[in-house]
Amino acid sequence: MNMKTGTLKQILLITDGCSNQGEDPAAMAALAREQGISVNVIGVMENDTIDEKGLQEIESIALSGGGISQIVYSKQLSHTVQMVTRKAMTQTIQGLVNKELQQILGNSTSMEDLPPDKRGEVMEVVDELGETSKLEVLVLVDTSASMKHKLPTVKDALLDLSLSMNARMGDNKFSVFVFPGKRKDVEKLLDWTPKLEVLTKIFPKLTTGGITPTGPAINEALGYFHKKRSLRGLLSHDDESFFEETV
Amino acid sequence: MMTNHSLRKQCNLLPGSLITGKWNKNPYRIQQELGYGANGIVYLAESNNGQVALKLSDDYSSISSEMNILKSFSKVQGHSLGPSFFEADDWLKNGRPIPFYVMEYIKGEGYSAFIEQKGDSWVGVLMLQLLSSLDELHKQGWAFGDLKPDNLIVTIPAYKIRCIDVGGTTLFGRSIKEFTEFFDRGYWGMGSRKADPQYDLFAVAMIIINSFYPKRFSKKGDGYKQLNEMIKQKKGLHPYSKVLDRAVKGQYQSADEMRHDLLGILNRQPEHKKVEAQSTFQGKKNNNSTSQTRSMRKKRKKKKRGLLETLILAIFVSILYVLYVYNQFL
Ligand SMILES: Nc1ncnc2c1ncn2[C@@H]1O[C@H](COP(=O)(O)OP(=O)(O)O)[C@@H](O)[C@H]1O
Repeated sequence: MNMKTGTLKQILLITDGCSNQGEDPAAMAALAREQGISVNVIGVMENDTIDEKGLQEIESIALSGGGISQIVYSKQLSHTVQMVTRKAMTQTIQGLVNKELQQILGNSTSMEDLPPDKRGEVMEVVDELGETSKLEVLVLVDTSASMKHKLPTVKDALLDLSLSMNARMGDNKFSVFVFPGKRKDVEKLLDWTPKLEVLTKIFPKLTTGGITPTGPAINEALGYFHKKRSLRGLLSHDDESFFEETV
Repeated sequence: MMTNHSLRKQCNLLPGSLITGKWNKNPYRIQQELGYGANGIVYLAESNNGQVALKLSDDYSSISSEMNILKSFSKVQGHSLGPSFFEADDWLKNGRPIPFYVMEYIKGEGYSAFIEQKGDSWVGVLMLQLLSSLDELHKQGWAFGDLKPDNLIVTIPAYKIRCIDVGGTTLFGRSIKEFTEFFDRGYWGMGSRKADPQYDLFAVAMIIINSFYPKRFSKKGDGYKQLNEMIKQKKGLHPYSKVLDRAVKGQYQSADEMRHDLLGILNRQPEHKKVEAQSTFQGKKNNNSTSQTRSMRKKRKKKKRGLLETLILAIFVSILYVLYVYNQFL
């Protein structure tokens, strides 16, 4: 199969609760989605539980960001981070494929309407793209005070993520941001790179802050994608050409 | 974990319920639930052609991927690892389609329960069987991926090991999508998550370790050191230690090679006798009685071949001689 692969863009937000400063993070996630960037959220619990308000926020960020949310105990973080990233990729590709199907087969058609055999064929294309697409993940880590003792686990989970993703045939780029930053809402820890191993050195030196400016952090992260992609245009524009040669 | 709560709520199918496919119209009568996992619920059902396993899921992507894998196996001649695939369809529940597929029902006992009942002496034998099946699968260019006791069934009464849940099966060179940390090479820091034969062989080693540590354990610090230590601490694992070490380090080129070494361990007695017979023949005493290394066995093979060549040569010469004598006689 000869396929043109585009770049899948994701923000991965790792947090343990509620934002308390700046714009509504769900609105910022919606803004991301408009630009073809999906926002996934992982809520990390220790033995404590996340309060109802935090839970709702996590769900609504992912929902309006077109991504996936998952609440986990920190012990399961590694396995969850790679699974959420993968599921989100599949979901995005699935969405693009569905759009393509509708153009060919008429508006009301989606994967569910196809007979199982045809569905299997579509899924082969989705799997193929999941394996070969370029992937950019911008990781946003909440480093407010309550996250402090979870940071070593977060680091391990991110190393595990790069292990999983780098086993794919497609290229990967990761970048890592933390919020709140020293002077700004968000601070860059690691520039776009295929390898996350460097984190082992950087992470232990992190200081934690008091506030949780989740919304502003997402907003700034977006700007970072823009700069990288300004030449090629937004993914939402790519969409049309994305599958030109596919079906 | 991501379990299928929503699906559970939607369809708690009671024994006796009838499911008819929207496309192929084949009826299935539910007999009992066999189990459920991250991707759906599996039922035992009665079809027009006997008992089958039926998997319901509300996740179109994962069920379609699984179906694709099962289908591609059903095309492979003599496959024996996973269940054979029968058909896929949708069940209309209150007008809403729920996808399902139908496969061979593998009747037996889960691997862990089986070992608990029958004892450790089955571990080696079952792993030999598993390695044969894996070798077959690997020759087709696939890794099983998510190998673990939970995905292994020992069929009864034949006591043959089979795999269920082929969702993790991956073409060599691609990334493993489904795995379980304890059995995952990447988790233990022993290599990548790219599918290759060694990925599965690592998992086989971990299944053997798990058989002696039913509660499993999580990684602390250096994975290799820890695994070594855990093997040392269990007497039952000592005979396997060489094979485990090589498998964990990814030093086996194929499932067959690992199987060969495992067989060597399980066949300790006869191997021993063979060596003695040979050493007396050579007029030497061989003290290495318990564990032979591969290189030794190779050497022995070479010697055997040498013997055969001498024999053939001798026969050849005697035939020539007979012909010569015969000619002389005329
Ligand atoms: N073909 C089969 N024959 C017998 N039992 C099966 C079969 N397939 C699945 N099962 C049972 O159903 C359980 C869940 O199935 P599985 O495919 O592992 O689900 P998931 O992939 O969603 O985790 C298994 O643990 C097993 O007990």
